[in-house]
Amino acid sequence: MNSLNYIKLEFPSKSSNEAFARTAAAAFATQLDPTMEELGDIKTAVSEAVTNAIVHAYPDSIGRISMRLRILDKHVLEISIRDWGKGIENVEQAMTPLFSTGGEDRSGMGFTIMGSFMDKLKVRSTPGKGTTVTMLRTICPRIGKR
Amino acid sequence: MNISTAFSSGRLTIFLSGELDHHEARCTLNTIDELLDEYLPRDCVLDMAGLTFMDSSGIAVIIRTSRRMKALGGRVWIENPAKQALRVIDASGIDRLVPVATGK
Repeated sequence: MNSLNYIKLEFPSKSSNEAFARTAAAAFATQLDPTMEELGDIKTAVSEAVTNAIVHAYPDSIGRISMRLRILDKHVLEISIRDWGKGIENVEQAMTPLFSTGGEDRSGMGFTIMGSFMDKLKVRSTPGKGTTVTMLRTICPRIGKR
Repeated sequence: MNISTAFSSGRLTIFLSGELDHHEARCTLNTIDELLDEYLPRDCVLDMAGLTFMDSSGIAVIIRTSRRMKALGGRVWIENPAKQALRVIDASGIDRLVPVATGK
């Protein structure tokens, strides 16, 4: 698909960057004129994916996280969050609702929420090499301005 | 993330405001634990009117509070979640475990 515009950001896996990442993603997505609800969905999905990388890819260290957003044809926003951390042994199990290897501050609902807020969710992971989460969301064009 | 409380006749209302994500979750959990230990409430209300953002970390906070209240033999419910928080609550299905009161 044709990429009409993109941004690429890289930041260390510090939890203080979670708010930055979702806010930056929302700021870029405003070009598609999303509703407040669509913006909320984008922020939530980005927050989940970035938190996963911080908690699970680099459990005992600070590593590199890359976030790429692209605007594709037909008002499609593509969000891609990549890390070079420890990877996921069993992606299917990781995506099961309530499954978590995190502590009590994790609910095991991250992938469930990403999946329900985005139109498409793809997870590619290689143990020892890292994980890439790619999400697509069509932002419906609005007829007339409010 | 800001937390304030109101307590009357056995009911502790915990007002959450700001953004509740993984970065804020640990501290929020600890604060709620301390509040429950201090007040030992019969009912606990998580008032989410002031939450401008919440992700699945908020679900972890709700689950934890629900477990603690069960151990105390009390009840817990959620009040006034904003639209974004309500979408996360709906997607998680947590409303089957903890009741949600909207539009007060």
